[in-house]
Amino acid sequence: MYSQGLQDAKGGPEPEGLLKAFQKRIDNEEKIEPRDWMPEAYRKTLIRQMSQHAHSEIVGQLPEGNWITRAPTLKRKMILLAKVQDEAGHGLYIYSATETLGITREEMTRQLLSGEAKYSSIFNYPTPSWADMGAIGWLVDGAAIMNQVPLCRASYGPYARSMIRICKEESFHQRQGYDIMTTLARGSNAQKKMAQDALNRFWWPALMMFGPSDKDSKHSVQSMQWKIKRFSNDDLRQKFVDVTVPQAEHLGLTIPDEDLKWNEERGHYDFGEIDWDEFINVIKGNGPCNKERLRARQKAHDEGEWVRKAAEVYQQNQRDAA
Amino acid sequence: MKLYEIFIRPKSGLNHRHVGSLHAADARMALQNARDVYTRREEGVSIWVVEAAHITASNPEQSEPWFDPAADKIYRHPTFYPLDKEVDNM
Ligand SMILES: [Fe+2]
Ligand SMILES: [Fe+2]
Repeated sequence: MYSQGLQDAKGGPEPEGLLKAFQKRIDNEEKIEPRDWMPEAYRKTLIRQMSQHAHSEIVGQLPEGNWITRAPTLKRKMILLAKVQDEAGHGLYIYSATETLGITREEMTRQLLSGEAKYSSIFNYPTPSWADMGAIGWLVDGAAIMNQVPLCRASYGPYARSMIRICKEESFHQRQGYDIMTTLARGSNAQKKMAQDALNRFWWPALMMFGPSDKDSKHSVQSMQWKIKRFSNDDLRQKFVDVTVPQAEHLGLTIPDEDLKWNEERGHYDFGEIDWDEFINVIKGNGPCNKERLRARQKAHDEGEWVRKAAEVYQQNQRDAA
Repeated sequence: MKLYEIFIRPKSGLNHRHVGSLHAADARMALQNARDVYTRREEGVSIWVVEAAHITASNPEQSEPWFDPAADKIYRHPTFYPLDKEVDNM
């Protein structure tokens, strides 16, 4: 099946020959590089997906940044700082990769701050307890890894390459989170309760990170054909549940889902229905922290204004002196 | 801010390799940012930063006429020359 009915940048039909050749390259597992011909819809889909991804890395620093000054030990503080710095790096790798598709960094920033662009719904949940740093590393970075590993083979070269770098760094994130959970789960009753409470609050939002159920996912088919996506949302979600449940059991923690049960026949865990209303609500901007997150981003952007200005003036002076 | 392409030598003895790009006001700032963005885990012993505008690239649409002439010159490869069994490796 070829991508019939796709429109080019000016709204005309894409040339059939080029479309066929393009799909053939993808079917052969060839990578598409920035200056290669690509259908306009492929470019747009990538810009949307990659910029959302970059925004998620950047906004994702906020719930954890919340705890840097209050980490329980110097060791934990250094680790958390390093983790949050990695996320800033991830944002930068993907922003750079997205720019190769012809959108500017300024435009992406504008879309984020205006609320036009989305980022992962998970970062709109609050982090009131230290145990949340554990739950985030373990579950949120864990879910991110599930999503990102297949993206290392995405058809767009710059995206795939940035994912390879990112995946190398993510396993540290997940392990340090699980390490926090382990310490708490083996600690005092109060600590154990903290760990369980964080798991209770982050479990379902972590499952939502895989996106809508396959039957409601509108972008999937085309993205699969273009190899921007390799597995369906539900498949990845199932995989995540399957690997995570034993990890929780190992810690003596309980997954907050009464319907969770090993299904011998399927060889997978069955689990309860996700509250999709909550998911849609958070995506629409009505989650517990959406406004706070954007406000924090806007504030950081405004407060960095003089730095960007100074750099520009400096650049101008250098040019004048030359 | 200008766009810089970043090249890193993973260890001495290896070539510098393109790893990505970033924005900076000048080369010094690009180097500093490249250190922070691309070498947080000892990924390199040397960094080159090149202003993207200074790179001249071949045209991907011309790839065929540009690279094809090499395809039919198989006599450039050692395997083009069969050797008698007695000498076998050369
Ligand atoms: Fe990340
Ligand atoms: Fe991470």
